[in-house]
Amino acid sequence: MSTQAPDTIMTFLPMAKEVPEGAGEFQIPSSDQPFVQGAVSTPVGSVPQVATELTAEDKHGHYLVRWNIGRDHFTVEPGLYAVGSPDADSTVFVGANYKMSFDLLRQTLTGRNGWLLILDTKGINVWCAAGKGTFGTEEMLDRIKASRLDKIVTHHSLIVPQLGAPGLAAHEVRKYSGFKVIYGPILLKDLPEFLDNGLQATPAMRSKTFPLQERIVLIPVEIMQGLKQGIPLILFFLLIAGVAGRGSFFRDALVHGLPPGIAVLVGIFSGTVLTPLFLPWLPGRAFSCKGAVAGLALFIPLFAVGTVFFRGYNLLEQISWLLLTLAVSSWLGMAFTGASTFTSLNGVKKEMLRAMPLQFFSLVAGIISWGIALRMH
Amino acid sequence: MIRFQYFEDVVSLEFDEEKCIGCGLCTIVCPHGVFSLTGKHKARMVARNHCMECGACMRNCPAKAITVEAGEGCVRAVINELLGIEGPCC
Repeated sequence: MSTQAPDTIMTFLPMAKEVPEGAGEFQIPSSDQPFVQGAVSTPVGSVPQVATELTAEDKHGHYLVRWNIGRDHFTVEPGLYAVGSPDADSTVFVGANYKMSFDLLRQTLTGRNGWLLILDTKGINVWCAAGKGTFGTEEMLDRIKASRLDKIVTHHSLIVPQLGAPGLAAHEVRKYSGFKVIYGPILLKDLPEFLDNGLQATPAMRSKTFPLQERIVLIPVEIMQGLKQGIPLILFFLLIAGVAGRGSFFRDALVHGLPPGIAVLVGIFSGTVLTPLFLPWLPGRAFSCKGAVAGLALFIPLFAVGTVFFRGYNLLEQISWLLLTLAVSSWLGMAFTGASTFTSLNGVKKEMLRAMPLQFFSLVAGIISWGIALRMH
Repeated sequence: MIRFQYFEDVVSLEFDEEKCIGCGLCTIVCPHGVFSLTGKHKARMVARNHCMECGACMRNCPAKAITVEAGEGCVRAVINELLGIEGPCC
């Protein structure tokens, strides 16, 4: 690799894709974006200057994406932006074009002067994009070139979020662009201290934790995804119970279709709310185990409270509800690995191999026992 | 602060001390403190079981002393990979 000329090296980089058309052309993001408040002139042209204060509209957008609404298109144009009144000596901060990440970066830089080099990560946050390679060496080299960064700043360093490192090779960026990558802290909240301490991060700033507050904000997206999978199952129970019963459709759907539907909802709530909330205290290292325990922990008191309503149901039907809750809560608990900050690919594969047969068995056994109980009535 | 840990002895992380040039970048990029620099100007794995296989150390190691099967520890990503589809993960 080291023998290749810089111009041809792109094809040899890991995760290389075709160089996009016009990648070498000078590109500056559009000023026609709501957060652009002015322009800063540079030797190569004017660069849009962004506001550092977030508007109510920005915050409303953040709220919606937390509920999984519009999350696929929450982007800003990639390229170079200015914060404050930067000059040729000002720091360059690299970021992703997920609007949430971008907004929090410009807000963090309130009162400072700097350049924002925003990579095209297709609207994905830095860490996930780095895992996919879209926040990567090649995109960074393209973006440096397209922004004519070497004509705008005289120094040769870039502040890159530490969580961008899985997609980047710092030594390759330096080799092919001349820019030195300096890894900043994991969290934006530590960025001011990092800057004020002469670009030194404390060990705590370099360590990814997963505190309650971070787990809580993930819950709404988990709920939405859990409901997307669970609602068809709930409708299935209501429909089959209504059709299979001898009485009126609605009465049978209510009497025999609603309880398994509630069991599925209990599973969704356990897997998407209780599991993230109580993650450190739920037993087992496997998320599927944590999810199942959460499901059981919620099922038992609900069942005890509702026992007066369950007198007319036989044991088989009652068992089917438990199996359904456990299958759903374990599955969705396991799905939370994707949002967590410490699970590995091989660990998740191992867990899936062990847990999915059990989850599948629990779901199928739940549906079959429910079906048999339905026939017995 | 709670320090989470997933399964033990499951990750594919390998480190070749012979190749290590002691630049210390792995200790900077790792979000879980897996590497530490020794007095002999070499890196050392001090918390291998905390590795999440993100690949940051491997990609940033100029000496190619680290190998890991990097990927996302995410159920949906694994299923998408198995089914060969490019679906959303995060």
